[in-house]
Amino acid sequence: MAYAAGVDVGSTQTKAVIIDEDRNIVARSLTDTGANVIRAAEQAFHEALQAGDLREEEVEYVVGTGYGRYKVTFGNTQVTEISCHGRGAVHMFPESRTVVDMGGQDTKAISVSPTGEIVDFCMNDKCAAGTGRFLGAASSALDIPLDELGPTALRGEKAVKISTTCTVFAESEVLSWLGKGKKIEDILLGVHQSIAGRSTGLLRRVGIHEQVTFTGGVARNVAMVDALNRSLGLTVNVSDDSHYMGALGAALFALDHILAARAPARQDA
Amino acid sequence: MADLTTDTTIVGRGNKDGARLFREWFDGLTQAAAEERGGAYVFVMGSLVELLRTFDLPIVFPEINSLQTAVRRVAHEYLNEAEDYGYSPDICGYVKADVATQLRGGELPMGRIPKPAIAVYTNACNTYIKWAEIWERMYHVPTFTLDVPGTRGEGAQTWRGHPDFENDCRYVQAQLQELIPLLETVTGIAFDIDRLRESMREANTMSRAWKRVLELNQARPSVFNALTDGTIFLGVANGFRGSPEGARYFEDLVEEMEYKSANGIGTLTDEQYRLIFVGVPCYPIFRRFSEMFTELGGNFVTSTYLRFASGGTSWGFEYDLDHPIESLAEGVLISVRDAMDNMFFQTGILLEMFDTFRADGIVYHPIKSCRTVSTGLADNRRALMKERDVPSLFIESDMMDRRVVSEAQLKNRIDAFFEGLAARRQQAAIRDP
Repeated sequence: MAYAAGVDVGSTQTKAVIIDEDRNIVARSLTDTGANVIRAAEQAFHEALQAGDLREEEVEYVVGTGYGRYKVTFGNTQVTEISCHGRGAVHMFPESRTVVDMGGQDTKAISVSPTGEIVDFCMNDKCAAGTGRFLGAASSALDIPLDELGPTALRGEKAVKISTTCTVFAESEVLSWLGKGKKIEDILLGVHQSIAGRSTGLLRRVGIHEQVTFTGGVARNVAMVDALNRSLGLTVNVSDDSHYMGALGAALFALDHILAARAPARQDA
Repeated sequence: MADLTTDTTIVGRGNKDGARLFREWFDGLTQAAAEERGGAYVFVMGSLVELLRTFDLPIVFPEINSLQTAVRRVAHEYLNEAEDYGYSPDICGYVKADVATQLRGGELPMGRIPKPAIAVYTNACNTYIKWAEIWERMYHVPTFTLDVPGTRGEGAQTWRGHPDFENDCRYVQAQLQELIPLLETVTGIAFDIDRLRESMREANTMSRAWKRVLELNQARPSVFNALTDGTIFLGVANGFRGSPEGARYFEDLVEEMEYKSANGIGTLTDEQYRLIFVGVPCYPIFRRFSEMFTELGGNFVTSTYLRFASGGTSWGFEYDLDHPIESLAEGVLISVRDAMDNMFFQTGILLEMFDTFRADGIVYHPIKSCRTVSTGLADNRRALMKERDVPSLFIESDMMDRRVVSEAQLKNRIDAFFEGLAARRQQAAIRDP
């Protein structure tokens, strides 16, 4: 049995996924990227090997993706996370035609073909508003852990309108609403709606075609899924492995290479 | 046996001679500044250099000076100076670099430019008008706006014989007849129609050759990079219009490109994708920007920039030397109108380019500090995609300001675009084996 791996070096976290020839995920790992990108990629890969009880030589091909894809020094090739999220999403949800990937520093809207190729894509430009970083700013201002943001926001009843478009200013706006006596739940509900609204704008640019699949780390946030559903007026697909979708896509591209390399040998036989 | 040697006296000559002419141009400007001779400040979209030249005015293109500061990686110094003076970060980067140049007494990395004696410009860019007002206030010099009527709607260009066209020609001609006495007053030189004829004759040679050069890049593999090499050609097309040096340069360039085309000498050793560039180049990382495409096998075969920044001379319009003023008006009208059409009515132009150049994709490059060129690009792209399933990439940066140029973000999008092109080609091969 051959194995293929994808290593997604994101701005905040690095993810690794190993799949077998039948495209089943056999191992996954997650680590903070930090300042040493090369080490983060190596660590994520080795932790995935450990989790899958595999030896490095059993993995025949590795594809690096994410902003740090060229730092996956042990990788065989690189593919952008735009292609990888599209591929991963269509693998998990074959009817996906639009993908929204919300990561730490950028949000991507991707239009995909039935076979997972990119038709068009659009990303936020040089600004982290509408991304995971925006949630990080709210988390810091309100002193609430990131993973509690979603459940807290869902308890909100009357969303506060967050007007700032800048992550740097988001923190001060959140604080100003607190000063005006607004409830934390309502402020957070407003933060989520603001991000969902910006993401919907990006999706409209590439065209919203069902089904829509939500990928990236922020997809684990229940309030964000809810806000996106309401903003789009549909129910987005969310996988338990949404955080790993880029790495999964990279692993699927890696498997393509393994299978393509074998193809001529089979013909000769 | 085929002759595999390459004539190195021809190949690469355009870039070398372009650089030499550029140095000579700036040496001349530096000398004019030292002699305190005022220059004609003009712009790329409708410069009227063929007329101004006959009054012995040193020709200054502030847009070209500004972009040179970015290519030479000192633009930020100029931009900061203008912003310290009070200009907003959102103002056109070309304007701000020029303001800082004026504050420095005309000092630029390439030499020193003379102060303006007059500014002559068209309405092709609304910033031109506000920009000239700055010089007017700084130096109390005359400014002249040539108001050129644009196309009434996409695909609605009119030509000789049509009442709208005839009216437009007369309107431009009347303005030229106001400009000529003003130039006589500013320079103290009497207008000489025979000198104008001579200058127009040289401009005709250049226009004819420029059109041919653009056409020659339809060759596969393409013979020049429309972004990098093309910008050098544009510099000569603007600065040397109406001069014998400019005319000879373009005749030589035709010879070079014909030679490359005939011998299959491409600008890339392995051209995989032929691309069209829409917008203004990213000068702060000029070479690197192009490399992000070429290292993946993509070459820019043509661009809207080569058309609008050459004053629209891509039409190859040739003046009627028997009727210089009337013909100058007609030529200015056609070329400036074409420059504007290449910014505002792109859909049909791009589809035609896509077919004639057998292109694989279109790259839209809106730039933060130029509203004139960038405002309609998203809308234009949508209109194009509605007409035809054409692969396109939309990436934003700036022509001057490195603060809004993120190489990592550009690279990510460019890589994804090429992955999409490859996937599309693969799918096409499966469909039509």
